[in-house]
Amino acid sequence: MENRDIRIEVPVLARVEGEGALELTASDGRIETLRLRIFEPPRYFEKFLEGRGPQEVLDIVARICGICPVAYQMTAVQALEQAFGMQASPYVTQLRRLMYCGEWLQSHALHIHLLALPDFLGFENAIAMAGKHPDAVRRGLRLQRLGNELIRLFGGRSVHPVGMRVGGFHRAPYPDRAAAVLKELRSALADAEAMVAFTASLDLPDDEQDFVSVALRHENEYAMYSGRIVSDRGLDLRVEDYLERFQESHVAHSTALYAHLDGQPYLVGPLARLNLNHDRLSPPVKAALEATGLHLPSRNMFHSVIARAVEIHEVVLEAIRLIEDLNNDEPAAVPLTVKAGVGCGATEAPRGLLWHRYEVDAAGKVISAQIVPPTAQNQARIEDDLKCSLEAFGLHNDDDALRLRGETVIRNYDPCISCATHFLKVRVERR
Amino acid sequence: MPIVSRNQTDALERLNARENPRPRIAVHKFSSCDGCQLAFINAGEALLEFAQLVDIVHFAEAGPMDPEAAVDIAFVEGSISTPDEAERIRAVRKNSRFLVSLGACATSGGLQALRNFNVDGAKAWTEAIYAQPEFIDSLDTATPVAEHVKVDLELWGCPVNARQVFQAVRQLLFGVAPVVDKDKLCVECKRQQHVCVLVAKGIPCMGPVTHTGCGALCPAFGRDCYACFGPAENPNTASLSRRFEGLGLLPEAVAQRFHLINSHAPAFRTEWLAWKERS
Repeated sequence: MENRDIRIEVPVLARVEGEGALELTASDGRIETLRLRIFEPPRYFEKFLEGRGPQEVLDIVARICGICPVAYQMTAVQALEQAFGMQASPYVTQLRRLMYCGEWLQSHALHIHLLALPDFLGFENAIAMAGKHPDAVRRGLRLQRLGNELIRLFGGRSVHPVGMRVGGFHRAPYPDRAAAVLKELRSALADAEAMVAFTASLDLPDDEQDFVSVALRHENEYAMYSGRIVSDRGLDLRVEDYLERFQESHVAHSTALYAHLDGQPYLVGPLARLNLNHDRLSPPVKAALEATGLHLPSRNMFHSVIARAVEIHEVVLEAIRLIEDLNNDEPAAVPLTVKAGVGCGATEAPRGLLWHRYEVDAAGKVISAQIVPPTAQNQARIEDDLKCSLEAFGLHNDDDALRLRGETVIRNYDPCISCATHFLKVRVERR
Repeated sequence: MPIVSRNQTDALERLNARENPRPRIAVHKFSSCDGCQLAFINAGEALLEFAQLVDIVHFAEAGPMDPEAAVDIAFVEGSISTPDEAERIRAVRKNSRFLVSLGACATSGGLQALRNFNVDGAKAWTEAIYAQPEFIDSLDTATPVAEHVKVDLELWGCPVNARQVFQAVRQLLFGVAPVVDKDKLCVECKRQQHVCVLVAKGIPCMGPVTHTGCGALCPAFGRDCYACFGPAENPNTASLSRRFEGLGLLPEAVAQRFHLINSHAPAFRTEWLAWKERS
């Protein structure tokens, strides 16, 4: 059929965080090989952590990713507390969940409006889109700013916040500032709710695929800060037992490590969470979701944008509840006590499950560290998805169309390449 | 000491000699966490205003892509840590009239410069982390942009903040040299009237030697500054180290204070080495 040799070189993939490239060879309308090459330079974080004390760990892990530093701190802090045999108070847990709501809100609002929406509305980027759809862009920027404000209450700044410590926070948010954010959250609620119907009304491709969803599941909350690791194929695991079923491996074309569940690719992130935990959404969010007619579990990765909107609605409501319940008389931290041991932590970063393990000595210093970020877990799934979706899209399309579709597919995963070290050029070779 | 160096004046003259008053700008990423470019992306409505004032020709994370375009102002995030990056930064310099290093990684090497002091070289660490180390192409060091090409303005911070970045942009739009306050963090901390954590609590705060700019965030939380904005101008690191020793810190702990986010900055590197030898 096709005997021409074609190579598409698209430099760094736009609108993802980090850098990479996609290479594929195709013949007779079928993809023979497909590789997602990741070329973010290695940064050796796990080695920097060795010999560092508890506060240094929190200050260092934030730097793995500028988009989701809170996720890294939330996961590390729980792992260290487990290693030290410490128990955070319910109040501290409440404060942490509130801060985490801020990160979900800013990250999802950024992704939907600035990174994903231009694909679905047909623009090169959000800056070009702002001319035709100023309201959508402004709404996104408002929600994103509000998420950042929420983080600032606890950390002084939204990128690499400084307020977290093992045991709790260096101080609780000032009540007057928290009250001001509460007021803004209440007035943003209408925007957040409207996001669900808006994203569901987008003309999203119909692309059903078979995949395994993995996420944390909490007994009564929509899992974010804690829970057991579950899948839609019956997996139900304690956080400590992660390595028994999940394996990391390294492939030639990437500086990111690939994680597999029992040797198979799997999905983490908003759609995986929604598939597994939609019964835990609060009633107003359930109602908004039901009104869209979206059938769950969904097997269409393009529904990720709706899942993010649903989660924006959920975290705005959750943040309102949490602030309303704050009792500022309690201490913002329990005292730090250290001992030798091993601790594991897992939370739901905006992009999906994030897992940490630390071995610490009697002085509380790290002997060894292991970090499995969401993008490393999604990488094998992204390659599978690209194979299916590009073949379904049709390899007869010209290279630019293939590149755009490939990029759109990858953006569904909101890959944070800095986190996984590691993002996109497209190279198609047709034989 | 003049605030504006002769070199910067030349770059400014080049920038001001551009044909179109609306400058073409690029934001380039090297080894980094992407946190500093968020100063633009997190700016909210100011980002849209910014896009009116300048012509954004390359900014991968925000969308526009044209990495090899000639621009008037190039913002560079990240340190140089691979052979490819060492090549790429030279092209960026060649294609820009005025080059700004954005944040700790670009300005001092950043956190990943900690690898520079690993006696076994990056290779040993690659072998420890990656199952197939032969696939990893990495330099032994992660170094600041200024060790590779001339930098016209350094903006410190891990991360930089939007105020700092937009102030520099506005000044460049007015055709004047951006003025960067290189004072110690303590000055800002006192202005905000925080209780001194070093004096009142005996916590080893890095404020006395740290470049101002963050807004004294850590002392505002009752904790120690950890020098994410790098060394201030003329920092008396030796004196602060002796104070830390007086607080009961062992030499190794004193050394570690200088060996974190800006470990490759000369003032911090020297102090770290001096105390490491004693430990």
